[in-house]
Amino acid sequence: MNTVKQKKNKKKSIWLDVWRRLRKNKMAVGGLVIIILLFLTAIFADWIAPYSYESQDLLNMFQTPSFEHWFGTDEFGRDIFSRIVYGSRISLEVGFIAVGISLIIGGSIGAIAGYYGGRLENLLMRCMDVLLAIPEILLAIAIVAALGPSIANLMIAVGISSIPGYARLVRASVMSIREQEFIEAARAAGSSDFRIIVKHILPNCMAPIIVQATIGVAIAILTAAGLSFIGLGIQPPTPEWGSMLSGGRSYIRDYPHMTLFPGIAMMVTILALNLLGDGLRDALDPKLKN
Amino acid sequence: MAEKHLLEIKNLTIHYQTDYGTVHAVEGFNLEVGNGETLGLVGETGAGKTTTAFGIMQLLPEPAGKVVAGEIYFRGENLLGKSKTEMKKILGKQIAMIFQDPMTSLNPVMTVGAQIEEMIKLHEPGTKEEIKEKAKKMLEVVGIPAVRQDEYPHQFSGGMKQRVVIAIALSCNPMLLIADEPTTALDVTIQAQVLDLMKKLKDDFKTSMIMITHDLGVVAEICDKVAIMYGGKVVEYATKESLYTKPYHPYTVGLFNSIPDLDSEQDRLNVIDGLPPDPTDMPSGCSFHPRCPHKMPICSQKSPSKVVVGSEHHVYCYLYEQEGAL
Repeated sequence: MNTVKQKKNKKKSIWLDVWRRLRKNKMAVGGLVIIILLFLTAIFADWIAPYSYESQDLLNMFQTPSFEHWFGTDEFGRDIFSRIVYGSRISLEVGFIAVGISLIIGGSIGAIAGYYGGRLENLLMRCMDVLLAIPEILLAIAIVAALGPSIANLMIAVGISSIPGYARLVRASVMSIREQEFIEAARAAGSSDFRIIVKHILPNCMAPIIVQATIGVAIAILTAAGLSFIGLGIQPPTPEWGSMLSGGRSYIRDYPHMTLFPGIAMMVTILALNLLGDGLRDALDPKLKN
Repeated sequence: MAEKHLLEIKNLTIHYQTDYGTVHAVEGFNLEVGNGETLGLVGETGAGKTTTAFGIMQLLPEPAGKVVAGEIYFRGENLLGKSKTEMKKILGKQIAMIFQDPMTSLNPVMTVGAQIEEMIKLHEPGTKEEIKEKAKKMLEVVGIPAVRQDEYPHQFSGGMKQRVVIAIALSCNPMLLIADEPTTALDVTIQAQVLDLMKKLKDDFKTSMIMITHDLGVVAEICDKVAIMYGGKVVEYATKESLYTKPYHPYTVGLFNSIPDLDSEQDRLNVIDGLPPDPTDMPSGCSFHPRCPHKMPICSQKSPSKVVVGSEHHVYCYLYEQEGAL
C-alpha cells in the first residue's frame, strides 16, 4: 500500500510541491483562509449583508454595536456591517484588477527589456525610472485627478503607479533565466523569441512574480483606500473601506465604532495578504526544498 | 557545390569583441561533413569547438560574437546568407543540437513529454493527438517508458535526461546533429550507454553528426572522421583508422601520448608542455609553434598550408611540407 502511495506522489507537479510546503506554514494557511472567506463574502454579499448598503434609517443614527446592527450604524443610520460586507467587493476588485493591470503592462515591459537587452532595454527601463522617481501615491493622485474619480479610473491609477516595480522584478528574473542552457536549446530548436519568452522564460520566473503580486494586492488595496479617504476614489454612497474611514473621521471622538470596524476589516485583509505572500515566498524558494 | 558533402565550411573566422580585445575564437576553419558521416571535432577547452557549432547555427551570442569571414554550405546553400526566419525553419528541423549538460538543457518547469512535443509542434504541425503520439514514440525510441512523459526533468537521472535531450533533438528527424560534449557531464558507465544509443539512433535515422569532444576514447567509439582543432583551426583531418594508426601533426601526437598506457608502469602522465594560446593574442604563424617539439624558424612566420598525407588525411604542418607528401 505504501508503494502505491509513493507512486502517486511521484507524479506530483511543482505546484503540488509548493502547496505541500505552504501547508506547513500555519500563518500562511491562516492568511489564505481569511482571503478565501473574503472572496466568499464578496461573492455572496447579497445573502450575507442583513441590510442594503444604502438604505438610510434616520431614526437609528450613530447606533453602537448591537444584535440588530452588529457593527452599529453611521451618520445616516446605515448598517456598518452591511457596508463593510459590500465594501469587500470594491476592495478586492480594485486590489486584484489594479495588480493585474500593472502586472500585464509592467511584466511585458520587463520581459522585453530583460530578454532583448541593449538599447531597447535602456529606453524602456529609463522610462520606468522616470515613473519610479515620482512617489507612487502622488502619481496615483495625479492620474485620478486627471481622469476623474471613479472605480475604473481608481484601478487604472493604482495599476499604472505600480508598473515600474513589476517591470524591474520581471526584468531581473528574465535576465537570470535568459542565460540558462535550456533557453539556448530552445533557440537551437528554432523557437521564436516570443515563444521562448512565453513558454520557457516566464514560467520559470513565476515564483518571485507571484510573491510580489500577492503583496502588491495588499498595497493596491491600501493605496485605493487612501485615495478614497481623500475623496479621489470611490464616491458615496458606494461603500468603500477607505471612504468609510474618511466619513467616520469627523465623529471619531463620540462614535469610534464608525472608523474602528472598516479599519479592522482593512487591517485583517492586508495582514492576510502579507502572511500569504511571505508564506509563498518561503514555499517557492527552491533553496528551502526538502 | 559538390553535393556529396552535407556540410562544407570554408575559411570560417569568428571573432568575439570584448573589453579585453578581439578574441580570435575561430580562424580560417575548413571542414566537410558527408552524408551519414560522424565527424569528431576534438580539441582542448577554448580551441573554438563550441563556437564553431554556434557559428554553424548562427546562434553566436550577440552582439559580441561575429562571423568575420567564411562560408558555411549546408546542402549546397550558404547558411550565412540566410535570414533569421529562414534559419529558424532549419534549426531543429534539419540541424539539431545536443548540449553538454543535460541537467541544465531541459526546462525545469515543463514535463519531458511537453518538451518533445514543443519541438515537433515547431516543425511538424499536426493534431494534438498525433504530436502526443509521436512524442511518446520518441521516448520509447531512446529507451524511456512512455508512461513517464508527464514527469518533470528533476524526476529523471542524468543519463535519462540526456536520453530525453536526444529524443528532442531527433524528434524531427534532422539531417545533421551537432552534439556538444554530450557525455562529459555523465559518469563513465552511463557515457557508454548514451554513446551506444547515439550510435544506434544515428544509423536508424541516417543522420550525420558532428561530435564535439575532447575525449579521444569517445571518438574511437563513434566517429568515422576526426578533425583535430587547435587555436581555432583544424590542424589535422583524417579518417579514424588513419589517425589512430599514424597521427602526423605534433599536437595530435602529443594528444595521443598523453593518454596513459594501461600495459606499462607509469608514474606521471605525459603532457604537452605549455598552455593553450591566449585567444586574444594568437601566436603568429602556426599557433602551435610555441609548444611544438619540432619547431622550425618558418613556423612562427607563416601559417602552414594543407599537406595531403594520405587518402582523406591531411595536416597543416611544415614538417611534412618540406619532405613532400609522404
